[in-house]
Amino acid sequence: MAARLVFLGRLEDVAGAAERAVAPGPLEAILATLDKALAVELLGDRVRIALNGRLLTDHGGVTLADGDELAFLPPVSGG
Amino acid sequence: MAEIVLRESAFDPAAEMDAFIGRHAQAGGVVSFLGQVRGDGGVEALELKHYPPMTQPGMADLAVTIERRWPLEGLLLLHRVGLMVPGDPIVLVAAAARHRRDAFAAADFAMDHLKGESWFWKREKTAAGWRWIEPRAQDHADLARW
Repeated sequence: MAARLVFLGRLEDVAGAAERAVAPGPLEAILATLDKALAVELLGDRVRIALNGRLLTDHGGVTLADGDELAFLPPVSGG
Repeated sequence: MAEIVLRESAFDPAAEMDAFIGRHAQAGGVVSFLGQVRGDGGVEALELKHYPPMTQPGMADLAVTIERRWPLEGLLLLHRVGLMVPGDPIVLVAAAARHRRDAFAAADFAMDHLKGESWFWKREKTAAGWRWIEPRAQDHADLARW
């Protein structure tokens, strides 16, 4: 039973890995288990989040189920 | 109709353009833009990361927007991901249309949105090590043109 957090861009360096398996549950509870510096970065104003490939408008009320993938997307720098 | 391609390894822009033109031989005009990894600032390597669940779908959405806005006969959005060195092709956009202005505008719009809105993250390696590239104010200004 696991959900997955995915860290894009520089967040991968902050997290020390591109992704991490976490126990399913409310996002707030999951973030509370992370290193505080990482949690602060993940909740930054400019970081978008996507659940199973779909952008969410805000972090509030997100609960991860088994198999869910939540991605943290910092500002892009493409092209 | 649009062709959306993410490439993990080097591509040959001339070969891609030959193929694209061949597929759209009836178009009145074809406009293309090729982006290459810049060799200034002591850059030794560049890595482009993407997020598979969103990057290519996002490019497909961009193509839909472009094709609604301009009457095109063909559209190619080809983007590298992975590790590159200066001089490597990184992005190729081509638009085929009956009239040149539509092709110019579509290619210009595509590039501004690929750079400013698509799900790519870039880091550069110099003698000082790897560094993530932050978006520039110019990228936002480029998007605001549209």
